[in-house]
Amino acid sequence: MLWEVDIFAAQGLPDVAGSETKTDAADLGFSSSLTIGTARGYLVQGDLTREQIDLIVGKLLADPVVERANVGLVGDPELEKSLAGALGEIVYVLPKPGVTDVVADAARKSAAEYNVAPEAVRTFKKYWISGVDDVELKRLSRKLLSNDAIEQVAYGRLGFDSLQVGSSYQFELKVVPIRNMSDDDLIRLSKEGQLYLSLVEMQTIQMHFVSLDRDPTDVELETIAQTWSEHCSHKTLAGVVEYSDGIGEKRLFNNMLKETIFDSTVKIREKLGENDFCVSVFSDNAGVVKFDDEYNVCFKVETHNHPSALEPYGGANTGIGGVIRDPMGTGMGAKPVCNTDVFCFAPPQLDSEEVPNGVLHPRRVVKGVVAGVRDYGNRMGIPTVNGAVYFDKRYLGNPLVYCGNVGLIPVDKSFKEPKPNDLIVAMGGRTGRDGIHGATFSSAELTSESETLSGGAVQIGNAIVEKTVLDVMLEARDRNLYDAVTDCGAGGFSSAVGEMGEDIGAEVNLDAALLKYEGLSYSEIWISEAQERMVFAVPKEKWAELKALCDSEDVEAFVLGEFKPTGRLVLKYEGQTVADLDMKFMHKGRPRVVRQAVYTPTKVAPITVAETELWAQTTVSKSVAVACPCCKEGKTDATLDLEAILSSLNVASKHWVIRQYDHEVQGGSVLKPLVGVANDGPGDAAVLRPRVCSRRGLVISNGMNPNYGDYDCYNMAASAIDEAIRNAVAVGANPNTISILDNFCWGNADKPEVLGSLVRAALACQEISIAFGSPFISGKDSLNNEFRPEGKEPIAIPPSLLISAMGQVDDVETCVSMDLKEVGNTLYIVGVTRNELGGSHLSLVRNWVGGQVPTLDVELAKRTYNAVYQAIQKGLVRSAHDLSEGGLAVTAAESAFSGGLGAEISLDSIPFVESEDASLNELPGVPNSSDYIKLFSESNSRLLIEVPTSSIESFEEILSQGGVPYAQVGKVTETPRLKIASSDGSVLIDADLADLKLRWQKPFDLGGEYSD
Amino acid sequence: MKPNVLILRAPGTNCDLETAYAFELAGATAERIHVNQILSNPSELDRFQIMCFPGGFSYGDDIAAGRVMATKIRVNLFDTIQRFRDAGKLILGICNGFQILIKSGILVADDELGAPVTLTWNKSGVYTDRWTRLTVKGDKCVFLKGIESMYLPIAHAEGKFMARDDSVLDRLEAEGRLALRYVPEDNPNGAMRDVAGACDETGCVFGLMPHPERHIDKTQRPNWTRFRNDPDFADKVGDGLQIFKNAVDYFG
Repeated sequence: MLWEVDIFAAQGLPDVAGSETKTDAADLGFSSSLTIGTARGYLVQGDLTREQIDLIVGKLLADPVVERANVGLVGDPELEKSLAGALGEIVYVLPKPGVTDVVADAARKSAAEYNVAPEAVRTFKKYWISGVDDVELKRLSRKLLSNDAIEQVAYGRLGFDSLQVGSSYQFELKVVPIRNMSDDDLIRLSKEGQLYLSLVEMQTIQMHFVSLDRDPTDVELETIAQTWSEHCSHKTLAGVVEYSDGIGEKRLFNNMLKETIFDSTVKIREKLGENDFCVSVFSDNAGVVKFDDEYNVCFKVETHNHPSALEPYGGANTGIGGVIRDPMGTGMGAKPVCNTDVFCFAPPQLDSEEVPNGVLHPRRVVKGVVAGVRDYGNRMGIPTVNGAVYFDKRYLGNPLVYCGNVGLIPVDKSFKEPKPNDLIVAMGGRTGRDGIHGATFSSAELTSESETLSGGAVQIGNAIVEKTVLDVMLEARDRNLYDAVTDCGAGGFSSAVGEMGEDIGAEVNLDAALLKYEGLSYSEIWISEAQERMVFAVPKEKWAELKALCDSEDVEAFVLGEFKPTGRLVLKYEGQTVADLDMKFMHKGRPRVVRQAVYTPTKVAPITVAETELWAQTTVSKSVAVACPCCKEGKTDATLDLEAILSSLNVASKHWVIRQYDHEVQGGSVLKPLVGVANDGPGDAAVLRPRVCSRRGLVISNGMNPNYGDYDCYNMAASAIDEAIRNAVAVGANPNTISILDNFCWGNADKPEVLGSLVRAALACQEISIAFGSPFISGKDSLNNEFRPEGKEPIAIPPSLLISAMGQVDDVETCVSMDLKEVGNTLYIVGVTRNELGGSHLSLVRNWVGGQVPTLDVELAKRTYNAVYQAIQKGLVRSAHDLSEGGLAVTAAESAFSGGLGAEISLDSIPFVESEDASLNELPGVPNSSDYIKLFSESNSRLLIEVPTSSIESFEEILSQGGVPYAQVGKVTETPRLKIASSDGSVLIDADLADLKLRWQKPFDLGGEYSD
Repeated sequence: MKPNVLILRAPGTNCDLETAYAFELAGATAERIHVNQILSNPSELDRFQIMCFPGGFSYGDDIAAGRVMATKIRVNLFDTIQRFRDAGKLILGICNGFQILIKSGILVADDELGAPVTLTWNKSGVYTDRWTRLTVKGDKCVFLKGIESMYLPIAHAEGKFMARDDSVLDRLEAEGRLALRYVPEDNPNGAMRDVAGACDETGCVFGLMPHPERHIDKTQRPNWTRFRNDPDFADKVGDGLQIFKNAVDYFG
């Protein structure tokens, strides 16, 4: 018996989902005559009487104060009616069998409280749609209502009367006759088997098995492919790279990452000596540094790009879920204390015609990703404190989703060591077909067919399962119930057990695994990337206590095997050996990848108007119109440019995202993402107290600027590091204890010029981090971010290096925010302004190309940050805001409207250096170019600082002693206007702050009615 | 007497630690206990004077916010909790805890048509984290004694207080039970009559959507950096602390 329960808003209440769907449809270009009515619902299978189904509907499934339900057996014509009176074609959207459906699961379990026992439950969404023809209806359900990767659609009525999932699996050992294969066969096997290994790698495997005088089983091949995947082994960046920079310099890297980024950390630690604050770097799941006497902190940032391209909600959801498991799986397990997230999207207002087949509209991607991170992070009870969103059309097929997590870990629990004969215990979510081939898939280029090919790589998370695992794990950690823990990420059990048992050996009984449904083969169990699973090494005598603890909090755990000291990985199913691999071959047998990398520097050219629209232009042109209630009359060019930059999507307020994230749970919030008199200004960095009983703070910030990468990846990387550190220093972090993380998202690194740009960025990371004394403690890369539209050239993302920074403050009460505080205070610019408009936001809104991208004088930067830190520590600074996109003009505007106070600024005394090449100092159509450069240049290492009159002397003394260029540039005023005068005293900018703020707040607000 | 506080946690509870800390700061002894432990041994409640349902997403808020946990309570612990209240003890529900108190029928009893009030989806349709100004109505609620106004954050998706009809609201209002209101222009979710928190007929059971435990320290206030030069800054505490102090003082 299959009951259908349709749930509608109660009489008199609006159909909110319906009107939202209609708005989204209109945004995607569907007819405005469309009408959409909705219901949410449940399919309930089992031997239930009418009274029983009515009981659980009334008590459990619907809320009678605000909802009403229509209940019947599937197929009942009464179910064709919308109780809200909506008419039209009926469309059902429901998760495909096997896709995680947490609500259905909760309904099934909770029904038992009322002594009702459904066999199976599934949720669905139901639509009544009119005003479109059949073709449009199908297009609407494909483009908006459903996602084929995880959902199925039924038109009119449901075509089934049973919810059965899975059929039983009959064991059959599969052997792959690899020894006799030709090279072509090997290539085909790699591709069709979704192993994504190169020919050389396949040949190496072939030779290994020839030497063993047998063929591998399917699961042996899969295990090797997982271990050797780009995702798990970073073989390109940790491989041999022959680099030449086009001006004669050649370098041979034996291990590129080790000789650049890791090397800088080694050097910094040596130099710091006994002041070394690193604890464990580039070895565990997250980098660990010291925090206080009792605790260390660890930080990891991951990407989940490819899955988010296919299914934004699920991809982002499991992206954040996955990175939270990194600190959880660091040392003996850290307690997560905050999240960060940085997204790169194509502009959400893009015309539907510009979106190629196989690609979701960016608006859907944006909404899905934001919601996916929200629903996981919020449920985990981890505050999301910092982030950024960048836009460029090249992210259309490859949106980037960077998720970071910081954890707090007791000093004596910061290392782990699995012991021989420990039990292999798996805890948390059950294993299903989710995410099969995720590790190998995330290392492949997306094509317009990816959606159909790799749907299985998409997963949906269940945050509460992870939260319960965390609760139990921390208790078990403190009771010393295990020797080691790691997360099940890409590669599933295969990676987790393989890594943990690398130095010991492991024997696994795959049929011990708890499954979501029947029918999984031994191979699928081994490589499934089902979420929310952790693997522990548990001494045999501790297992009973650990199991009892798990049982007491509804957490599932089972013994998967044993770390047997054999040096081999042995997998068994129903008593038969299905794999027997040498750990050494798995972890050390991969042939080195050798790649060519070429970098050709672009010559700095004078700025000119571009002939075609810049890639990033789409982030500007449409958004300006959004916020333009008044005309241009009477406004100076500089005022109009400032307005355009404030409403460009990169700069515009991210409140629509921020407000959906709980940034205060755990009670440690000190500086929130939005600050200022009305809690709506853009904070430079987040500050939190990870221990509520202490005044010690963590500072979290980031730096990124893909626009600079189009010119020079060295300066892009240097600028990103400077920006991340600058942001942290702006709120009061000690510049001498900042640790940083790198995340490289690049195009196809098989192309020498693409890899060349990456190596160039890595070299900058090495030099700049050493100079700052800010060690890299962890990092990650995601390569092959290219999308190949049907029959067209591939589109690569711009080089996207995210630098995340984690700083510390002794006492959070010394921290400052960016909003102007008091009328009469003096405004300083600290640092040197140079002619650096290449890749700037002024260039973007003017559609200019050429110019010098911001360079970095790292010694000056270091002096500046130490001086600013001293001044903040002494309480001399009332506000500080860093200068970045849009330069001084944007910084001054943001500081002013966030503080609800005006500012009068003059450019005449700003420390300024023009280009030596005079032709570079001209700007197209701008008569007073040096003033324009002072206003909008994005030179690094600069801050706008507000100082009370009583502190001027001490403040200037600190800067002078530090050898830091500075100038008094203006005053905080009562009049709510931003006034900036040129060097000769004429008006450059004169703008009403409320108007500027509106232009900044409006463009990136994709719905929700709260007013901010 | 130093009261013992039971912080009742469940899968998905996530404000239990800071809520326990707030009670301790206010002078109580707080203990976090899993609901399974209470379900298997309800007499554990006898050790406590205050019971608190903290914020979070109990059982994922799957189906509806607080619904699964409320169902467990309705079916298994309703009488136990009634007895706890009848013994003159206090019950506090914060955010998800308020949703549980409402949906289990503990805070507002069912009538012949079922539950007369609910907490449902914000008017915006999305989860929202923001700060709200609040005012206290009347003096019925033990937890709000002596408080006139507060500045506290909300962080929820399903916090809109709705009643079946006006007569329900009129009755609750007349009884002084709609005790905590948003300043109308700060109503973040479209709640009827700007209700942010409500109490039962005794004033000893109180639930609220805003998070008082997120404003017990001066640096938790969002724009505290603007006030650091104020003469009284050094001695400032967060507005929410008084709620916990009131609960402790009740047994003083």
